[in-house]
Amino acid sequence: MTTAAPAADERVAPIGLLRRLLIRPELGAVVGAIAVFGFFASQSSVFRSIDGIANWLDPASTLGIMAVAIALLMIGGEFDLSAGVLTGTSGLALAMLTSEYGWNVWPAMLIGLALALTIGLFNGVMVVRTRLPSFIITLGSFLMLQGINLGVTKAVTGSVQISGIAEAPGYELARTIFASTVPFLGVQFRVAIFWWLAVTAVATWMLLRTRAGNWIFAVGGNEAAARSVGVPTARTKIALFMTTAFAAWLVGTILALRLTSVQANTGIGQEFIYIIAAVIGGCLLTGGYGSAIGAAIGAVIFGMADKGIVFAGWDSDWFKFFLGVMLVLATLTNHLVRRYAEEKRA
Amino acid sequence: MIFRKLSTTPIPPYRRLFAALLVVPLVLTGCGGEDQDDSSGGEPASDLSFAVVSHGGAGDKFWDVVKSGAEQAGEDLGVKVSYQGSGDPNQQSQLIDTAVSEKVDGIVVSMANPDALKEAIGKAVAAGIPVITINSGAERSKEFGALTHVGQTERIAGEAAGERLKAEGGGKALCVIHEAGNVGLEDRCAGAKAKFGELENLQVNVSDLADASSKIKAKLQSDTSIDAVLTLNNGVAIAARDAIRDASSKAKLATFDLDKDVLAAVKAGEISFAVDQQPYLQGYLPISFLLLYNTNANSVGGGQPVLTGPGFVDKSNADAVAEYAEKGTR
Repeated sequence: MTTAAPAADERVAPIGLLRRLLIRPELGAVVGAIAVFGFFASQSSVFRSIDGIANWLDPASTLGIMAVAIALLMIGGEFDLSAGVLTGTSGLALAMLTSEYGWNVWPAMLIGLALALTIGLFNGVMVVRTRLPSFIITLGSFLMLQGINLGVTKAVTGSVQISGIAEAPGYELARTIFASTVPFLGVQFRVAIFWWLAVTAVATWMLLRTRAGNWIFAVGGNEAAARSVGVPTARTKIALFMTTAFAAWLVGTILALRLTSVQANTGIGQEFIYIIAAVIGGCLLTGGYGSAIGAAIGAVIFGMADKGIVFAGWDSDWFKFFLGVMLVLATLTNHLVRRYAEEKRA
Repeated sequence: MIFRKLSTTPIPPYRRLFAALLVVPLVLTGCGGEDQDDSSGGEPASDLSFAVVSHGGAGDKFWDVVKSGAEQAGEDLGVKVSYQGSGDPNQQSQLIDTAVSEKVDGIVVSMANPDALKEAIGKAVAAGIPVITINSGAERSKEFGALTHVGQTERIAGEAAGERLKAEGGGKALCVIHEAGNVGLEDRCAGAKAKFGELENLQVNVSDLADASSKIKAKLQSDTSIDAVLTLNNGVAIAARDAIRDASSKAKLATFDLDKDVLAAVKAGEISFAVDQQPYLQGYLPISFLLLYNTNANSVGGGQPVLTGPGFVDKSNADAVAEYAEKGTR
């Protein structure tokens, strides 16, 4: 029984590792990701090349940043449907201030951040104060932001698209930090991928190693119980909405700097993709369970399917269908693995 | 016996669903693993492959004709053509990146938002992949290093339409813009105004054609001196036709872009003429240009865009065109 393993808890030493792996919420997503990778790698040699990997990690990265934030929010028991449009709002604020009013990129980014955080605060306070479902509250902000994005953009620029961020002072440095590429193994990787890894690492650390992480699981699991043991539930939820808003600002800024122009309809329809990635990654729609790494892997699955279909040369008319099949299969795999794990645990 | 064993083992329903879902895409795509082998069909004349990346979403009628053109060119010329489209500029630029990493022999791209595609197209050009721009973005095409642009210059098309409307005896015209902030549409109306003279713009929303129709009707009723209407979209053309009828106006109607309904209305004399930018050519021509560039170092256009329009469809040729509209190539 006694082994020399330096494990902290020797009682679960030999089978404990397998068990510990199996009960991780992200395990299903890992298996799904391996399956999707194997499938497309067998279809296209470009897909499995380092060049191809750099290619499909790009959509995974911006989606992943959002999915991780949404995962935290969902573990905390809430939804945010306004997150997709908020990426557009942040990007539009940046584009408008720089190209219409000649601002430096950096203060424009700060204003964008302040705006996003204010909207996150609004969502959070509304949900906590009114006790209405966040689905409804954020659906309202989703529609309002959609209108604001179009209305303000047209009123200010007379067009539905703002371009010219690249001419603003401070652009080059901002671009290097948020929208450049980094050479790695002879291939250019988007810097957004590193942002995504950083966001995932911070979120995971916070979720598993800090008091705030415990609070998030507690408010999502049982809010009343959490409150009665002294968890600041309102503050936790508001902070989660603001975290989501921060992520939306980050993604909106990355895309605006990369494309040097922003369209008024940016981000519409993305909100569900974020939720899907989080669910593939092991989050429950009911809250209290999930993982940040899982959501990041969910985004990888989505990125692989998104670009893999192109690499495999399938008819683009069927693109959405294939995407849907991939997502169902990945979620099913996830579900089966988790059920197997729960049987093992029992 | 194995058979009996199999048949008596109940298959869990989820597993059956699983298998079915896996099989469907494979069947639809002729079983996927089609990297090299072309078991049926004609031998390809070359192993060249071209990618078309448009800003049209799946199911868009206009872009479907472009896609048919590109695919037919691929078949006729024995080259591999893949078509992808996304209205989201970020996704469109990623699709260009994808084509670059696949090391295709040429890329055809439409530039509704040139700034957003600048970097991706630059990468393709830097990688030595010839790029041809189509449809929109003519003015930036050369700057981005494209071989040429294939499309219709909106201003010139607008001028042609204005000239013809004037020749048919219009005195005061209405130009119906159906998408707010679309620069191409503004150009068409400006071109028409330059040749026509007295022309007023009216803003409607293409996604609410009933409302568009009532707006046009209200305009015709409030200003009875309007005797010509120019619409810039096939759906809006039909809405305008109804509006003219409902307002008992005598205004002549002309439109941009075709479909079956527009052709029927042209034949019935309700629409005087339709300006056709021939989207099929915007798919077909760039593929043949890219083939010639790859095999014979030819380039087309001499630094000027290759115009696919404006072509006119009126009573005289509506029947001939209708046949092809039915097939989805006009």
